[in-house]
Amino acid sequence: MNLALIVALPLAGWLLNALGAGRLSRRAAGLIGVGSVGLAFAASLAAVQRPEVASGWRVVLWEWIAAGDFRLSFGLLLDRLSAVMVLVVTGVGFLIHVYSAGYMGGDPAYSRYFAYLNLFIASMLVLVLGDTLLALFVGWELVGLCSYLLIGFWFDRPSAAAAGRKAFVVNRIGDAAFLLGMIFLALSAGTLEFSRLAEAAGTLAPAALTVITLLLFAGATGKSAQLPLYTWLPDAMEGPTPVSALIHAATMVTAGVYMIARLHPLFTEAALTPTVVAVVGAATALFAATIALVQWDLKRVLAYSTISQLGYMFLAMGVLAMPAGMFHLTTHAFFKALLFLAAGSVMHAMGGVIDMRRLGGLARPLRWTTWGFLIGALALAGVPPLAGFFSKDLILERSFEAARGGPLLAVWLLGLLTAFVTAVYITRAAVLTFGSGESHGHPHEAPPLMRWPIAVLAVLSVAGGALGAYAAGRPLLVSLEGFFELEAHEPAAAPALWLRLITPAAGLLGIAVGYALYRGRRAPRLGWLGTVFEQHWGLAPLYDRVIVGGAKRIGQDLADVIELRVIDGAVNGLAAAVAAAGGAARRLQTGYVRTYAAVLLAGTVLLLGYWLLR
Amino acid sequence: MRAFPLLSILIFLPLAGAVVVALLDRRREAAVRWTALAGALLALAAALVVFWRFAPGTAALQLEEHTLWIPAAGIGYHLGVDGISLPLVLLTAVIMPLALLSSWSAVGDRIKEFSVAMLALETALLGTFLSLDLVLFYVFWDAVLIPMYFIIGVWGGPRRAYAAFKFILYTAAGSALMLVAIIVLFLSSGAAGARTFDWAVLADSPVAMPLQAWLFGAFALAFAIKVPVFPLHTWLPDAHTEAPTPGSVVLAAVLLKMGTYGFLRFLLPLFPEATVRFAPLMAGLAVAGILYGGIVSWAQRDMKRLVAMSSVSHLGFVTLGAFALTVEGLQGSLLQMVNHGISTGGLFLLVGVLYDRTHSRLMADYGGVAALMPRFAAVSLIVVLSSMALPGTNGFVGEFLVLLGAFRAAPVYAVLAAGGVILSAVYLLWMVQQVFHGPVAVVQRAKVVELSARELVLFVPLIALIFWIGLFPGTLLSRSEASIQALVERVQRVQVEVRR
Repeated sequence: MNLALIVALPLAGWLLNALGAGRLSRRAAGLIGVGSVGLAFAASLAAVQRPEVASGWRVVLWEWIAAGDFRLSFGLLLDRLSAVMVLVVTGVGFLIHVYSAGYMGGDPAYSRYFAYLNLFIASMLVLVLGDTLLALFVGWELVGLCSYLLIGFWFDRPSAAAAGRKAFVVNRIGDAAFLLGMIFLALSAGTLEFSRLAEAAGTLAPAALTVITLLLFAGATGKSAQLPLYTWLPDAMEGPTPVSALIHAATMVTAGVYMIARLHPLFTEAALTPTVVAVVGAATALFAATIALVQWDLKRVLAYSTISQLGYMFLAMGVLAMPAGMFHLTTHAFFKALLFLAAGSVMHAMGGVIDMRRLGGLARPLRWTTWGFLIGALALAGVPPLAGFFSKDLILERSFEAARGGPLLAVWLLGLLTAFVTAVYITRAAVLTFGSGESHGHPHEAPPLMRWPIAVLAVLSVAGGALGAYAAGRPLLVSLEGFFELEAHEPAAAPALWLRLITPAAGLLGIAVGYALYRGRRAPRLGWLGTVFEQHWGLAPLYDRVIVGGAKRIGQDLADVIELRVIDGAVNGLAAAVAAAGGAARRLQTGYVRTYAAVLLAGTVLLLGYWLLR
Repeated sequence: MRAFPLLSILIFLPLAGAVVVALLDRRREAAVRWTALAGALLALAAALVVFWRFAPGTAALQLEEHTLWIPAAGIGYHLGVDGISLPLVLLTAVIMPLALLSSWSAVGDRIKEFSVAMLALETALLGTFLSLDLVLFYVFWDAVLIPMYFIIGVWGGPRRAYAAFKFILYTAAGSALMLVAIIVLFLSSGAAGARTFDWAVLADSPVAMPLQAWLFGAFALAFAIKVPVFPLHTWLPDAHTEAPTPGSVVLAAVLLKMGTYGFLRFLLPLFPEATVRFAPLMAGLAVAGILYGGIVSWAQRDMKRLVAMSSVSHLGFVTLGAFALTVEGLQGSLLQMVNHGISTGGLFLLVGVLYDRTHSRLMADYGGVAALMPRFAAVSLIVVLSSMALPGTNGFVGEFLVLLGAFRAAPVYAVLAAGGVILSAVYLLWMVQQVFHGPVAVVQRAKVVELSARELVLFVPLIALIFWIGLFPGTLLSRSEASIQALVERVQRVQVEVRR
């Protein structure tokens, strides 16, 4: 079996659905869309069993770009790191495709939807399977494109079209930095192949390494919606909810985390960058969690929650606990996809209503959905023994150890505080949506195509912790520790008991506080603190008015004043001056011979005089 | 034995087509149109033969034709193709039939004259790219102006007279200086009787320095106006806005490349020392153009003006790559010339499709077009993405190589130019949103109908090229590699000497 098959399957699905749009029956479009990803998942399952994966199974496809000293082929690489991602992408991706077949059932642009979704899966697979940083970047930008297309899927809504554009542009800002970092790397290391970057990392100048990794991380802040480039993700909720689950929670937004794991030889060696990554991650985690606390749109709560959880993953990468970060990426994919699909089920039942002020009392009519959401919420809050507990606990444990009592302890504290806030906001969301009061209208439970993916993800959210639990032999962590060449973290000096207990304790406390605050009908607004959170700690007005407004004004001024008056004015002015000079010179041509003779004489005298007196 | 004059045939095939068209009865419009198209397609076939006969891996001139034209004045008829001219010849040959095909709906009166002008234009363009004698080059270079002047001035929009006049005055001013420089170059090429206008001879022994700098200036000005390099660009938006669709397509896709081709063909080899001296200036102007063009594009309301300003930004990348003076930069620059031809030519075709339907170029007059013309929306998106240099499309490879080469020359160029990467997404997606998205708000809704088969044919080759070059750029890069390598080696040898 060829590795390229994994990518080729969804790519073929995209082509069929794109070219057949309008001609394929709904059934055929759905079968192609869902089937191609299902087959890709099966192919991935088969591929990761292969023995060569342990040392990296590489397939070079063709020579892509060659100019001067720069030579690069396009190929795929399946190793223990990309194996995790491939399974998450195709596995969770498949579940969400199935769900979509039900959720989008009534949409007239069914083919187009699956075409985009398949293209996304193919692009994401290029991202995670690319064997060079440039191939990764191809996937990196293509998933951005798919995100744009899917956020703006209902393009007749101006808000959706604007949100898609915003996502693309903000991502592009990060991508420009990424591009520069990649070029700097290519020129200083002489290669962009992952297999050769490890040895090249040692030869780079420390300053260059720091600059390169910081630029690449800047790219990650765009793709993974971290400070300061997080603003596009909440708006991305304009897209269909399964898209939010797949792209804007489970897979694409984790690309930045994956990129750092992929380039771990560089990030580990760099002097300043890991600290920056950890601080940005921790700051984003708390920042976004506080904003999630004051949202009324259920999907936006989940969006800010995603930003916050991605912050945890970056925190882990920054303290070089990379297996822990990848573990959280995996469990987060399960429980966040679950939460989104449950939210989608709510929307489906309520005719598109997602404002929690208009929801409530859905626990009784929507049993599956409620159970799904609650399991996801508990996993997110880090309640043992659900999946989120193991991964979040591990990250905080590692960050505490990494700080060694130094200033980096602040990062751990931020993480701990976030764990508390997380539990509060998700409890609030659960209570406002499913508890308190009577349901409006006649909500109906989702069809089986939507229920089963929720059920499977719920099971994964409960049991996924086994991937990293000592009791279960930590299969995922052992594999990744081997990949990152860390000695297996045996509990020689097991972390102190209080450290292991404090994280779930923060979560449980948060749940209690959240329940106490929000179980009544009238939800408290948190006073002035709530206003601060609503204003994104002051960043929202800064972005909207100063940066975006300012740029627009500069553009308009350049176009109206500089372009038309100054530059073109100078050109037309010059032309006018030439014409005027011509007009003036024309007067010399009097037509009278006597004038010409006089001028001739004067010239001769002047020349002679000059020549004589020289 | 005289070799088969393939290049001459290629150059003059369109002109022959023009003669045939001229002999046709003007009332037989279909015959006029098909004959003109056939002429352009024959030229494309000839260009493909050239491509097929072209041997990669050598910097030498190929398929050369060399006879004396005016021996007394040292003027020769010298043609040849190398890795630098080959891509542009192909680009010209691909774009012209498409432009002619687009004229079937865009041009309704004096079809015969229009077709003759277009075919004559193609001959002049091909001649410009294949001439290796400075006088011959100059003749073709200026010959381009004449049909283009009429295309804008006769078949253009309401302000066509102003635009055509501005176009011809602005570019002729540059050409005049270049003519003076060509003559000076001739006079300093040797003793009386041994003087020459031949490019190959002149490139072998560049003139000495202060004079070289002046000649560089004269040539550079002529080329920079044509490109156009910021801030010499203001003729371009007017010319584009007023020109009919096929005129805009050829103007953007091919005519502008005469300037950037001139950088590679003449500035670098004939004036290497001056090039090294002034490269920072040119690169600086290129970066300024990338950013300025991008920002100003964003503020446009007229689609054609937007695309025209975006050309200033994109050609900034081409110029930057050229004056990075590295192999990657120059390869990227050359590839980006082709890419810009495909993507911006495509963008003008897209605007033409809309203009044919509603006779408006203002974005405010559109909205929700994607719902009315889904296939057109998909085609547009692909072309836009190519213009945005999305990986997988042609634009990415060129832009990446330019940035790589520029970074190698001086990181600051690449850092600033990366701003253009962001800006292209800003203004192009803004246009897409205004035209295609939102509720249907087109002024003349009934006229906005899906692409016809003829219109689809316009875009199929462009889309195929967008993906082909994006995935397999080696097709072009491998053929230009040797020529670019040789060029860079020459310049870098001088660069080392200048640094000492």
